[in-house]
Amino acid sequence: MTTLKVDVHHVTRVEGHGDIVVDTRNGELKECRFEVVEAPRFFEAFVRGRPYYELSHITSRICGICAVGHATASLRATEKALGVEPSEQTVLLRKLNFHGEMIDSHVLHTYYLVAPDFLGVGSVIPLAATHPGVVERALRVKKLSGDLCAMVAGRHTHPIAMAVGGFTHLPTEAELREMRGRLVDARADMDETVALFATLPWPEFERETEYVSLKKDDEYAFIDGTVVTSDGFSYPIEDYRKVTNEECVPFSTAKWTHHNRESYMVGALARLNNNFDQLHPRAKEAAAKLGLKPIVTNPFLNSAAQVVEMVHCIEDCILIIDELLTRSIQPEEPPVVAVKAGVGVGSCDVPRGILFHNYVYGEDGRCVEANCIIPTNQNMANLNADMKELVPQIMDRPQEEVRHLLEMLVRAYDPCISCSAHFLNVEFV
Amino acid sequence: MANDKSQTTNGRPKVAFFDFACCEGCQLTVIDSLQTHLDLLDAVEIVQFREAMTEKGEDYQIAFIEGSCTRKSDEARLKKIREQADIVVALGACAHLGGVNALKNLHPLEDVRHWVYGDKADWYETYEARPIDAVIKVDAAIPGCPIDREEFIRVVKAVLLGKKPPIPDYPICVECKLKENVCLFHVGKFCLGPVTRAGCGAICPSFGSGCEGCRGLIPNPNENAMKDVLAEAGLTVEDVLSRFTMFNTYQVQERMAEEEGK
Repeated sequence: MTTLKVDVHHVTRVEGHGDIVVDTRNGELKECRFEVVEAPRFFEAFVRGRPYYELSHITSRICGICAVGHATASLRATEKALGVEPSEQTVLLRKLNFHGEMIDSHVLHTYYLVAPDFLGVGSVIPLAATHPGVVERALRVKKLSGDLCAMVAGRHTHPIAMAVGGFTHLPTEAELREMRGRLVDARADMDETVALFATLPWPEFERETEYVSLKKDDEYAFIDGTVVTSDGFSYPIEDYRKVTNEECVPFSTAKWTHHNRESYMVGALARLNNNFDQLHPRAKEAAAKLGLKPIVTNPFLNSAAQVVEMVHCIEDCILIIDELLTRSIQPEEPPVVAVKAGVGVGSCDVPRGILFHNYVYGEDGRCVEANCIIPTNQNMANLNADMKELVPQIMDRPQEEVRHLLEMLVRAYDPCISCSAHFLNVEFV
Repeated sequence: MANDKSQTTNGRPKVAFFDFACCEGCQLTVIDSLQTHLDLLDAVEIVQFREAMTEKGEDYQIAFIEGSCTRKSDEARLKKIREQADIVVALGACAHLGGVNALKNLHPLEDVRHWVYGDKADWYETYEARPIDAVIKVDAAIPGCPIDREEFIRVVKAVLLGKKPPIPDYPICVECKLKENVCLFHVGKFCLGPVTRAGCGAICPSFGSGCEGCRGLIPNPNENAMKDVLAEAGLTVEDVLSRFTMFNTYQVQERMAEEEGK
């Protein structure tokens, strides 16, 4: 009978610190879990007392990689609390910026963090020697997405020009046209990306779960909408706590969540499963080449779903720029905000999944209470459920192989642990 | 005497990256910087960079540390890095200043833990967030939240040449003037540029947003004059203090403690 002990201290090629612990004795699984050991940072506690205009600038610092996502969710929460309605131009520019971050994060994850597992190297650095074309393509797409974010808001980490109700700086039409040209050129890189990832031998493993994402009537949802689950539930964003039901677990600084089952999954795969019909036609073609047809239940394919989303975002960026150029850029300033007491919930589906920011403001426009629920935490229970099902299927294999597969599973979820470890307050008064 | 704890490979110094409480945005910025300076990868050997690579070496001469120290238990890890490395560089505002992490120091620690983790607060260790030079000796700091890509490259080159890192000690205003930006005070906004260390190319004012002080105060800033300027811009003393504390709470509290002690 197999006895297996795996203890991976600080899994590499993920954002933040997490450990894998597996213990099987005589063919029986004794222990199996992913632990988050990142130092907690307590954002929800220390934004209390800060003025409304600082909130998005402080909370973008939750995460260097989803900085635009946090800023966007934060601004939506503040805008709803203070009754501010962003202009159509602002909404378009925010989408453009958001797509830039989506591409940036997905290219980082798929090429720099996941691809080395399949190409037999420890990191992207030796990959530059063995697969220079692959690395050059990744660098090109990464630079494009970074430049796109910089054009809209000054830089990707941390965005500068994003403000309550608008932008403090606007791209010029010349910049938009130049960016459009680069996005069109990137189609070739996307074709190559799809071709590369279609050849990767994804580990075989199926475990159906509940998939949770935003949904909108008119587009593949990333910002605003309603919260839906593949089990048929739908909630207004304001009712997010009915979905997340958070709890502390003793071996993790990240809290766990569950909804209709013991766990649920968020992220690219959940979005693709829930909103497949709204993908751009080119993204649907990419999905076909990658063998993705909803409902996809292999969590390793989250990375493939990210490739599909990169294609979608490149195409949608081109459409958004066309619309901005047709309307021409209006020299708008962020609106003057009338400070008042209020409560608001903002939600975005950021690269790793659905994110909520919920603020209560006092009459002086200072934050009284805050709650942020980050995607990685929402995936923790599901990742652990996957591990518990996967380990018995593979425990007869060499220990090194088991260890590597479990690391790959963790990586497939693209955990952003630095985000996850500053969890939320337990109750609003 | 040259460091005999570690060996260089063909004269290439070995470099390691570490992170403590932070968003890892500075390490991401490093990855972005290296994209356009691939030649630097020939000049050094990166032996540890958990965010980007699985390979791991404990033998290094230069350590870049991102993040604040927020737990007593992290001090041992910091000291171990200090023992190994010849040169320790604080990477970004969290390591350099304490940064946004130190905002929690404005609240009683027990309150902060209970606010976030409720009756499970005791499960989670924490103490006042601090810059890493509050725990170990730091040889150089790359300021900013996040760091500036080009400045990172300049500092690395200086460190490799054994020179003092070229970090400006003049205020952001100088860079704004060079860029011919309209002063934000003239358009009714506020800005900590007059007292904040330059080197970022005045990126926030250039994108219409006032400086928030992420690079720390310049040496001997005229803070009282700054407070007057902010007050003229219609801000209360509380607002002014809040602007100073976004990234510099640790320094503000340290100074207050010093003044109380006098």
